[in-house]
Amino acid sequence: MQSSAPAQGHAPGVATRTGHLGRSYLIGLGFALVLTVASFWASSTPLVYPRALPILIAVLAVAQMGVHVSFFLHISSAPDQTNNLLALAFGVFITALVVFGSLLIMSNLNHNMVSMDQLMQMQR
Amino acid sequence: MSATSESLGLEGAIPLSYQGPAPTRVVAGFGFWLFLLSDIILFSVLFAAYAVLSSASAGGPTGAELFDKRHVFLETLCLLTSSVTCGFGSLAVARTDGRAMFVWMVATLVLGATFLGMEVTEFSGMVAAGAGPSHSAFLSAFFALVGTHGLHVGLGLVWLVIMLLQVKTFGFHPMVARRFFCFGLFWHALDIVWIGVFSIVYLGAH
Repeated sequence: MQSSAPAQGHAPGVATRTGHLGRSYLIGLGFALVLTVASFWASSTPLVYPRALPILIAVLAVAQMGVHVSFFLHISSAPDQTNNLLALAFGVFITALVVFGSLLIMSNLNHNMVSMDQLMQMQR
Repeated sequence: MSATSESLGLEGAIPLSYQGPAPTRVVAGFGFWLFLLSDIILFSVLFAAYAVLSSASAGGPTGAELFDKRHVFLETLCLLTSSVTCGFGSLAVARTDGRAMFVWMVATLVLGATFLGMEVTEFSGMVAAGAGPSHSAFLSAFFALVGTHGLHVGLGLVWLVIMLLQVKTFGFHPMVARRFFCFGLFWHALDIVWIGVFSIVYLGAH
């Protein structure tokens, strides 16, 4: 394979030892199946305390995303993967900023908004 | 092969600035990886919109009333399995095994099309029941987010068909192998976005 200039970085998705790749997909499939079944099960069973459910599902989702990134996309912390990992970290940072920032701002606006009844009374 | 330079211990010996440009495959892979991350940021905006608007159902049907978890579970299984078959297909491309490549990639195509078909069924059922995107802010955000993901899957399927035709026409040319490799990354990334969709939209429905 021509992808082998060692210290110049690695394209994501290419593992160094190709022989182990097939097994990596199977291991990833196993983990992903367990996590998927767990989150669907947790959302439909009365056993889980309802207010803790969103946190449990979020944890399972993040774990499964981690499984996909490492077993399917083969992103790792190996020295030749620094570029890929840094780009990923930046992407995750922006994603978190957008999602949590929007939720924070919108809930703050919602909190400060005058309710419809009050607004009607002011106009009277 | 990389084994020789690794076994000679040259990996750290040659400074980066003396090594010349990286091979096209690495550059193309990295560039496509950056594109995928920007695509994920696009999805993050749609996720944020959905999270803000998810309770604004305007007196209409809520998520908990509309979504069928069994249906979504089957969709998830289709997409997850297609991600794995795509991985095996990419391995077949790497060892230029045309027959295995064809079998795995057609399996990916069928599973992806099944996923898309199930999603279209769900959407048309919702629209027929009067819960279309124009009904409430919640439904607008839902159709924008899940529809964009579905659109990505649909375009991915078109890309896959084009790649199969390219392999038929050009054989395993390095250029074709590179594009196939990028397709694999794209497909895995879509599966990662789907994890967010089923966790936040379907399982988080209230």
